[in-house]
Amino acid sequence: MRGDLNIMLAGFGGQGILFAGKIIAYAGMIDGREISWLPSYGPEMRGGTANCSVCLSDEPIGSPLVTDPNVLIAMNLPSYEKFIDAVEPGGVVIVDSTMVGTCTLRQDVEYYTVPATSLAEENGLKGLANVILVGKLLAATQFSTRASCEQAIDKSVSAKRASLAEANKRALELGTLWTASKC
Amino acid sequence: MSETAAVADRPTNTLAGNAGEKAVEKVAEKAVEKAPKKASDKPRVVFERPHALTDVVTNYCPGCSHGIIQRLVAETLDELGIEGSTIGVCPVGCSVTAYNFYACDMAQAAHGRAPAVATGIKRALPESIVFTYQGDGDLASIGMAETVHAATRGEKITVIFINNAIYGMTGGQMAPTSLPGQVTQTSPYGRSVEEAGYPIRVCEMLATLDGVALAQRVTVDSPKAVRATKRAIKKAFQYQVEGLGFTIIEVLSTCPTNWGLTPADSFAWLEENMVPYYPLGVYRDAKAEAAAREGVL
Amino acid sequence: MAEKVLMKGNEALAEAAIRAGCRHFFGYPITPQTEVAAYMAKRLPKIGGVYLQAESEVAAINMVYGAAAAGVRVMTSSSSPGISLKGEGISYLIGADLPALIINVQRGGPGLGGIQPSQADYWMATRATGHGDGHVLVFAPSTVQEMANLAALAFELGDRYRAPVMILADGLLGQMMEPVELPEPLTEADLPPKPWAIDGHKNQRAHNTVNSLFLVAQELEDSITSRWVRYEQIKASEQRAETYRTEDAEYVIVAYGAASRIARSAVNTAREQGIKAGLIRPITLWPFPVDAIEASIERTAAYLVTEFSMGQMVEDVRLTVNGRRPVNFFAHTGGVVPTPDEVVEALRRMQAGESVHIVPVHSKLTGGYR
Repeated sequence: MRGDLNIMLAGFGGQGILFAGKIIAYAGMIDGREISWLPSYGPEMRGGTANCSVCLSDEPIGSPLVTDPNVLIAMNLPSYEKFIDAVEPGGVVIVDSTMVGTCTLRQDVEYYTVPATSLAEENGLKGLANVILVGKLLAATQFSTRASCEQAIDKSVSAKRASLAEANKRALELGTLWTASKC
Repeated sequence: MSETAAVADRPTNTLAGNAGEKAVEKVAEKAVEKAPKKASDKPRVVFERPHALTDVVTNYCPGCSHGIIQRLVAETLDELGIEGSTIGVCPVGCSVTAYNFYACDMAQAAHGRAPAVATGIKRALPESIVFTYQGDGDLASIGMAETVHAATRGEKITVIFINNAIYGMTGGQMAPTSLPGQVTQTSPYGRSVEEAGYPIRVCEMLATLDGVALAQRVTVDSPKAVRATKRAIKKAFQYQVEGLGFTIIEVLSTCPTNWGLTPADSFAWLEENMVPYYPLGVYRDAKAEAAAREGVL
Repeated sequence: MAEKVLMKGNEALAEAAIRAGCRHFFGYPITPQTEVAAYMAKRLPKIGGVYLQAESEVAAINMVYGAAAAGVRVMTSSSSPGISLKGEGISYLIGADLPALIINVQRGGPGLGGIQPSQADYWMATRATGHGDGHVLVFAPSTVQEMANLAALAFELGDRYRAPVMILADGLLGQMMEPVELPEPLTEADLPPKPWAIDGHKNQRAHNTVNSLFLVAQELEDSITSRWVRYEQIKASEQRAETYRTEDAEYVIVAYGAASRIARSAVNTAREQGIKAGLIRPITLWPFPVDAIEASIERTAAYLVTEFSMGQMVEDVRLTVNGRRPVNFFAHTGGVVPTPDEVVEALRRMQAGESVHIVPVHSKLTGGYR
């Protein structure tokens, strides 16, 4: 998928939605593409939901606010329900099935379900379900390369938490390798 | 850069320049005066304008005590030798044009904002000495937030607070410090505490704040009181030089014009009415308190 | 060439200001500009600077006034309701010829309004940031890179013309991250001397005063007219605008800031549909880039102004075009961000010969649009 990516990432505050978006944006930047990253802000984030628009393109980006995503990464049911109808036909929908659970499926989009939260816990990567889903996005769309994404992790992890970069990279790998539950 | 040059020629600066040139001339004169001479050559100078005041006629009414207080500040700048490093801030009120009267660098400020402006100057130039010269409407009404917060931050500035219980420049309206029953243009039946509330005792209030190094109330209704006020003002500036914290000297002052009294009767009115409501004294002196604690220990 | 980093617009602006020699920041918290203050609070104490959270926006702008009078590069940032409060101090900065940088990361209004992206403070910024006869220079960035570049330029021009400068951004630009190449840091020696500053005369010069009071009418008039001479220089030298695909454009969109990004996408989509569209993007809102619009008039069939307000900048476009061409209008307000498709639809109707004035009407009445 080398065209324009208009990605919506959505979930609860604390699931690392903004961070996952940042890795994607950084990877795009490393690849020399035009990118933008825009979080939801204000009282909304106090209310517990968080979402983030990320655009990758070969042209300068117009509106950074993604209203019709061609990629949706949903980390809980309310977020899935809020954004699923806006996804462009033929778009990619990646869900954390541990958190989303049972949901209504659309026929005209491509689903990838990953039990990311359980996978993270089983693999000693608690809190890195977000990065597992980025790995799945990479595998599903080839929006960037593994090397760029790893470099993006190094750039996104703050200096104080540099030791966590390795865990993030393992989570990324876990996501790229997960294939069992493509719908 | 021609634009900058054009700006420098603007009337404000010309005005300031003239006053300042005089100040520089005076430095030269003083140097000559101080050259050793026989005592018999020259009459002894018993009274002269402080160097820190410019040779400009003030716009204060006859009998107004602003002139006395302003002079005491200037004498202090002279005696501490700090005119060259001092920046004064005059806000809105009768002292609005005080930027013309002081020979140090001066800023004019919006109504009530002098402590904020002084904060900006002091934070930009921590080595400088910064003072504000504010009336009661300015300090205790529209500028109360700026006053309280500069005080609680322990902003190292000196506030000279002129409390004459009335708005002078706008023609005698009720001030936050007007006394209960006091007749003004906007309290024509006397200040009603039911409607307008009670006067604010600024020193007492600020003395509760830990950032305050000195809060003292004085007056200028007698030569003795003037000398005491001078000592207080000098102490406040001295504390600033020592970097101790926020200093405020509240000076009970008169407004013969708007009070409708002669200058002499004004002082009597002040003595009879203001001093009982606003007792003179030191409300906070962090240095003395610290010394006392040391003594006890 | 410096390395590109991924930064939020608010943070890029703050870092660029520091690199332009700004070491003093006085502010008060308000969404969506908070990152500017937070960045400054973190960085300035480490480099010998001053971050001070004031008791109010009113106090903050007056602290800026004091520090600017003392001769340092100083800034404040706020969002719409806070800028209203700063209006008093901005007027005094203008009246005392003090340079300072004021950031307005706009949100919806009037009143407490909302916190989503808005451009409803155009009038306040260009017409009346405070009382009296005067202006501030107003810059409108449209990318994170430009947030940084214009912060540096603002300090330079502010000092050159002795005038306050406002950067009029919005929540979208402040909050978004894009790659940015930060300007090289200036050193003390790069900063212009300020012989007018009140920094203590050290018994070496005449005393300086910083003042905006002139009780004699003629003196005030002279003060204002001397400032107007500089305003004319600014209008002649400092207009800035970007043009995009206007060479052969029949329909020219005029849009600034975040709205111009949407307009740019719309231009590309419209071109794919055979509509010869182009974009003029004002970078300076005061001075308004009349020259760029003037240069386009001859070949332009009609203009379309789009902004996040009920129609503010459109007045300046109409004043410039002065009846020579139709000036159409499309807007959303209150934080509703328009889509490129909506802009394209307006262009399509213009191409069909319609006169277009599309503003939102109550969503319950009409489903959104008239």
